[in-house]
Amino acid sequence: MTPSPTTLPTAGVDSVSVPGVTSVPTDALGWLIDRWSDLLSAVGNATGIEMLQYGFMHRAFLVGILIAVMAPLIGTFLVHRQLALIGDALAHTAFAGVAVGLFVNAVLDVGVSPYLTAVVVAMIAALAIELISEVTDAYNDVSMAIVLSTGFALGAVLISLNAGGLAVGINQYLFGNLATVSRSNAMILIGLFLVVTLVVGVTYKQLLYVTFDETAARVAGLNVPWYNRVMTMLTAMVVVGAMQIMGVILVAAMLVVPVAGAAQLARSFREALLASIILAELAVLVGITLSFQYEATAGGTIVLVAVALYVGAVLLGKVQSSRETVGDIHASAEERTAD
Amino acid sequence: MTHITVEDVSFGYTASPVVQDMTFSVEEGEYVGVIGPNGSGKSTLLQLILGLYAPDQGIVELFGRPSRAFVDRDRVGYVAQDVTENTKEMPITVAEVVLMGRFPHVGFGRVGSDDRERTREALRTVGIDHLAERKITKLSGGQRQRAYIARALAGEADLLVLDEPTVGVDAESVGAFFDLLDGLNDDGMTILLVEHDVEAVLEHTDRVLCLNRELYFDGPPAEFADSDALERAYGINTRQREGATP
Repeated sequence: MTPSPTTLPTAGVDSVSVPGVTSVPTDALGWLIDRWSDLLSAVGNATGIEMLQYGFMHRAFLVGILIAVMAPLIGTFLVHRQLALIGDALAHTAFAGVAVGLFVNAVLDVGVSPYLTAVVVAMIAALAIELISEVTDAYNDVSMAIVLSTGFALGAVLISLNAGGLAVGINQYLFGNLATVSRSNAMILIGLFLVVTLVVGVTYKQLLYVTFDETAARVAGLNVPWYNRVMTMLTAMVVVGAMQIMGVILVAAMLVVPVAGAAQLARSFREALLASIILAELAVLVGITLSFQYEATAGGTIVLVAVALYVGAVLLGKVQSSRETVGDIHASAEERTAD
Repeated sequence: MTHITVEDVSFGYTASPVVQDMTFSVEEGEYVGVIGPNGSGKSTLLQLILGLYAPDQGIVELFGRPSRAFVDRDRVGYVAQDVTENTKEMPITVAEVVLMGRFPHVGFGRVGSDDRERTREALRTVGIDHLAERKITKLSGGQRQRAYIARALAGEADLLVLDEPTVGVDAESVGAFFDLLDGLNDDGMTILLVEHDVEAVLEHTDRVLCLNRELYFDGPPAEFADSDALERAYGINTRQREGATP
């Protein structure tokens, strides 16, 4: 179906099916989403919280909770490799992917979810960024900026070529929208979530080694370029997943802001991962609630909450480290005598 | 057993070679210091030995196997100049860094209690077990280098390769650092040390390699002091630089 100017964005995306996914896993995911919905409805009825009585809010919370796990999970590795910008670059190429999806749907009259085309295009862009950096032997701001603007320009051109009906629905991709988290989009996100957490679970040690000390990792026999590619591909998946409620423009914030906050508080890498997920969950849950309450855009609200948490973490970190310094004076005096 | 073989090796990032016609080998249990002026190809030589680059010409072997294709990666421990410059903000504890030495053994499996025990043991050997739960960025330069050595020990390395490990380490700790290396060598560890501090190399190692693109000297420290290798290696470099300026 083709979205027309009179179709609400919600309706335009809701009935889109997920092609290529066999019905068994789809049914299983659907069943899970239904049970989640039942649970939140029950909580809503018991507590009288109004927002929990809407189906789209159930899905928004589900998607938000999953994003708040996988975005900082990947973001922690990116930030500590000083690759925070890569999320932004991939988000803008994902926007081109959305435009491709909308274009194909309009021209061929099919119902491919724009998020699926976004995943494909963002993954291709991720590989391109990796290849560029391998050939030029460095990640640099310039190549990242070129990929970023190329993606956005391509998206803008495709959309304008197809003007009219398409331009209407584009806001939801730029800024995200709670109300457009359809059942099938929630399923796509669960799929992305499973892939991302599984891959990080299996390659955690290798990713950590490469992040901390790339040369030593190479000496230890790790195929560093390969892990870099895995990392950027996962970033592409996270970015597209999070785009649904965060929007293209703000999605990178989820990769960076909670991670930066956690780095202020954590001592170990595991603590940092955990703390960044907790901060992201807080930001998402509080952000979604506020955005429902005050009818503000969800992505923006979530980011503002995340930044507020970050500021809090910085202040707390300062208090912590000033306490530690007092302790360190004693400790280092002991060490000197020990040496 | 021969740990390192370098045979007729030349290498350059561009057309002009950084390392030229170099031949030497390092046997098990040796303590070898590599000295030479800045830009003399010391670090490049290490990277060739570690298999990070393929030589343009010649053979580089680790434990009798070509080092590019070398598979027993855990047998080599690598300690570079302080890497924390790049990872200033990274929250990671000393224990977590040292545990990385176990990763080549563990592969995609889970880290077990045996791995943690070896990590603790390595931290004790280098004398920083009381700092295990500290953030690595909070350590002094000397303590950090000990942590990287502990990482190599945790990996059960037979060969320790160090690239100017004392850069940024305060003078007091440098002495203790070399004592640690002496101790490890006494326990049978093969050590290849690239170091800018010629005095320290002459004092601590059993064998000196002095190079500036080519190998100028290969022998015991006592002979090195009597030779004119130092003047030749360092002097030529000065002349080259003068010649390069238009």
